Amino acid sequence: MMTDPSPVSAPQAPSAPDLLAVSGLRVEIPTRHARLVAVDDVSFTIRAGEVLGVVGESGAGKTIMGAAIMGLLEPPGRIAAGSIHFDDRRIDTLPYEAMRRIRGRDISMVFQDPLTSLNPLYTVGRQLTETIRTHTDLSESAARDRAVGLLQEVGIPAADRRIDHYPHQFSGGMRQRVVIALALCVNPRLVIADEPTTALDVSIQAQIIAVLKRLCRDHGAAVMLITHDMGVIAETADRVAVMYAGRIAEIGPVRDVIKRPRHPYTVGLMGSIPAIGHDTDQLTQIDGSMPRLTEIPTGCAFHPRCPYIRDRCRRDRPELLPVGASQAACWRHVPGFDEGPAHA
Amino acid sequence: MLAFIIQRLLQSILVMLTVGLIAFGLFRYVGDPISNLVGQETSLAERDALRERLGLNDPFFVQFARFAANAAQGEFGYSYRHRRPVEDVIAERLPATMELSLVAALLALAVGVPMGIYTGLHRYGVISRAFLTVSLVGISIPTFLIGILLILLFGVELRWLPTFGRGEVVHLGWWSTGFLTTSGLQALIMPSITLALFQMTLIMRLVRSEMLEVLRTDYIKFARARGLTNRTVHFGHALKNTLVPVITITGLQLGSIIAFAIITESVFQWPGMGLMFIQAINDVDIPVMAAYLCLIGFVFVVINLVVDMLYYLVDPRLRVDRAVAAGHPG
Repeated sequence: MMTDPSPVSAPQAPSAPDLLAVSGLRVEIPTRHARLVAVDDVSFTIRAGEVLGVVGESGAGKTIMGAAIMGLLEPPGRIAAGSIHFDDRRIDTLPYEAMRRIRGRDISMVFQDPLTSLNPLYTVGRQLTETIRTHTDLSESAARDRAVGLLQEVGIPAADRRIDHYPHQFSGGMRQRVVIALALCVNPRLVIADEPTTALDVSIQAQIIAVLKRLCRDHGAAVMLITHDMGVIAETADRVAVMYAGRIAEIGPVRDVIKRPRHPYTVGLMGSIPAIGHDTDQLTQIDGSMPRLTEIPTGCAFHPRCPYIRDRCRRDRPELLPVGASQAACWRHVPGFDEGPAHA
Repeated sequence: MLAFIIQRLLQSILVMLTVGLIAFGLFRYVGDPISNLVGQETSLAERDALRERLGLNDPFFVQFARFAANAAQGEFGYSYRHRRPVEDVIAERLPATMELSLVAALLALAVGVPMGIYTGLHRYGVISRAFLTVSLVGISIPTFLIGILLILLFGVELRWLPTFGRGEVVHLGWWSTGFLTTSGLQALIMPSITLALFQMTLIMRLVRSEMLEVLRTDYIKFARARGLTNRTVHFGHALKNTLVPVITITGLQLGSIIAFAIITESVFQWPGMGLMFIQAINDVDIPVMAAYLCLIGFVFVVINLVVDMLYYLVDPRLRVDRAVAAGHPG
């Protein structure tokens, strides 16, 4: 099983032609009492134009990982180990000013809540043109033309008039379209979308995801789509990384992970989604809740909730191992697992 | 916008009428105006005749209407002590207080706002902590004590600055100014610092806490994520969002600077309205007290009106709500 060649998940080295290569990333938040580890030894890559879904419960470290890639970790949070390469250039050690030039131009971000993402005191046009002019040499009028074009692209009617409106004059869904236009206004190659639809009405979530997907494809941008909605991942992503307690539990092509989830946590996540066409009486739920950062269990962090627990799970922490086309961090896929005793 | 201004103006008039009512109450019911005007040997018949002639027997509302009409034209009667029209006494004292308050307010803003921004941006810096510690002193020591300490140090020990008065003044029409002479400017230094110190620390702490609040918002994080320069993020986006609360408090503080001037003027024997008011209280000079009350009320009303209009300029959410209601929803 371990010899199974898996070309999809193989490239892990920063020298591979990946757009983004995160390796061994560890983010710590020192507090008065302890040094919390929000992201622990996380490695993954995103290729140009690819959509990587990152899924997990609240507090799994998804958002902090996004902030770490952007270089916008809030102090006292800091990158304690590992590296982040963008386009073969190491970016986690760049000085603030050099990283600022990358933000918005090469890597940009879409936040969760469109109602609070826009400055209420400036028109959307001003916020678009200031971003465009920060990263390009365009004149004010050329930047404005581009801004109008972008607003049309994201599907805002009468864009040439709406550009002079203030954020509060737009609905939530329209504002998230504006935010997407802002994220893509200088043609970045990677967009980190942090739960872009969580704050929106269910009825417009699909529209926003469609707009995000279409624009990123048209502009040739890769997407790191952070969400806890497995349905959105299934429709949008090429690959998916399942995060649990600051670590990647399973990563692989989206079809493979959904059809044959290898990690018990992923299995639980799949069981909690209602499937259309299947006549399910009851949705399964994972017993217990994700541990807090202050009390992450030894061994496999998932072991207190795991139905397949063995002694080894309490003792040793599993690393990501190739299983089929994916990789999973679970001892179950190591030969000899079932021979161990199962004391409670 | 016009409807908004008219509405605010009407409210202001209502407030001024209320203040006028209190001032009028002082006039009419604190002591007997007739006793204040005539000597002890005046007979009761003469007193009644005078009372009739001055209209003091008229119904309450007639008297109040007469008072309000006169007050609106700036006439508050004769000062008992100065034996001159109150408006003349005030006009003589007004420039001193206004110049002192203006310099103090500018000083408080010019120092308080940058210090607030700095301590907000460099939250854990050594200089920020120093500013905050010093500001604690500024907030806790009473104004008169700071004035006396300044006089002791720079006036008595070092003999650099005058300890009282306005120095030489130049008359420009009815306005007397201390800005044009060296002694006038020197005399202004200590009183204006004394008056400004409390407001300065207040503004600094206000700007700081507003900055900290705004810097935590999503739109600031998003502005950073868009790669805008720190300067744009801090001054273009963050500072402007702190302005609404800062304008409110600063506006009200400007009013209290003029009102607080009473203490500073007493300490430095500054010949302004505050000193005049203290003397008026000692002499039970009711017309002067009533006029001062109306004037301070008027200052606060004008400041509030200006503050409301500034909101309109700063915050588009107030400006265009009518447009949204008129059928351009998002």
